Amino acid sequence: MSEPVLRHAGVNLGGTQDHPRANAESGIFGFWVFLMSDAVIFALLFALYGTVVAATAGGPRPADVFELGSALAETLLLLTSSLTIGLAVLAMKYDGTRRPVLAWMGVTLALGVAFLALELHDFATMFAQGAYPTRSGFLSAFFALVPLHGLHVLAGSVWMLVMAAQILAYGFDARVRINVLRLSLFWHFLDVIWIAILSVVYLQGHLP
Amino acid sequence: MNDRRRETLTYVTGFAIALALTFAAFAAVRWPVAPAGTTFAIILALALVQVVVQFRCFLHVSFARSSREDLLLVLFSALIIALMVSGTLVILFNLRTRMM
Repeated sequence: MSEPVLRHAGVNLGGTQDHPRANAESGIFGFWVFLMSDAVIFALLFALYGTVVAATAGGPRPADVFELGSALAETLLLLTSSLTIGLAVLAMKYDGTRRPVLAWMGVTLALGVAFLALELHDFATMFAQGAYPTRSGFLSAFFALVPLHGLHVLAGSVWMLVMAAQILAYGFDARVRINVLRLSLFWHFLDVIWIAILSVVYLQGHLP
Repeated sequence: MNDRRRETLTYVTGFAIALALTFAAFAAVRWPVAPAGTTFAIILALALVQVVVQFRCFLHVSFARSSREDLLLVLFSALIIALMVSGTLVILFNLRTRMM
């Protein structure tokens, strides 16, 4: 098996620190293009949210329905899961055995599912308070933006299960390794998007 | 220091900085010391720093030649996003003031 030519950002899966151009892998540039186009979608939903955040139509205002404590818990869950998926990739690179990689991916998945559960609980609380998507422009924009990120996390969780199955079935062949690397980039990217959601939606909503 | 320790340290450092920046942003909202506009600017600045830290430590985008193409892609996307977002905001806020 020949290693691919090393060119792009990401953890360098082959131990080639002697070559200055070889800090990373090829075969993930296309995935970067996908991530950046996804970022454009989110950015425009952020712009939309910014323009209608004041349009509450006499309904609940941001400060009425957002809980800072729950937002902080969600942030910590997602941030920690971003660290553990990184440790999973490092375990894949240096150990090359299934157990530590699957263990870190399991921790990541558990944190992701906990995040989703907390977010669903938040949405249920908001619905109970009369904050549903058709209530006002502000809530329409909120429920377009934040659940879209939640759907991404859900997709990432399903992908995590698929990768675990592939690792069990095929071991760490070149295809599985590059796909785990792509999954880790996707997961880190979702954490970056969440930072923007936290700042623009939750923290801005609680400004005096 | 071997490679594994160095790379693990990169992740842990990024995690620690991100954690500190997150708590700083929450503190700025929880115990406000400035008017709302200034606090919002502080939050956005902290978020921007955190995004850069995460791109550097977690996504490994840096000035190293190995990730030059990715860096260019990210910076170009940032330019496109800045143009589209600022254009949207200008047009829609303008429309809003005219309709009020």
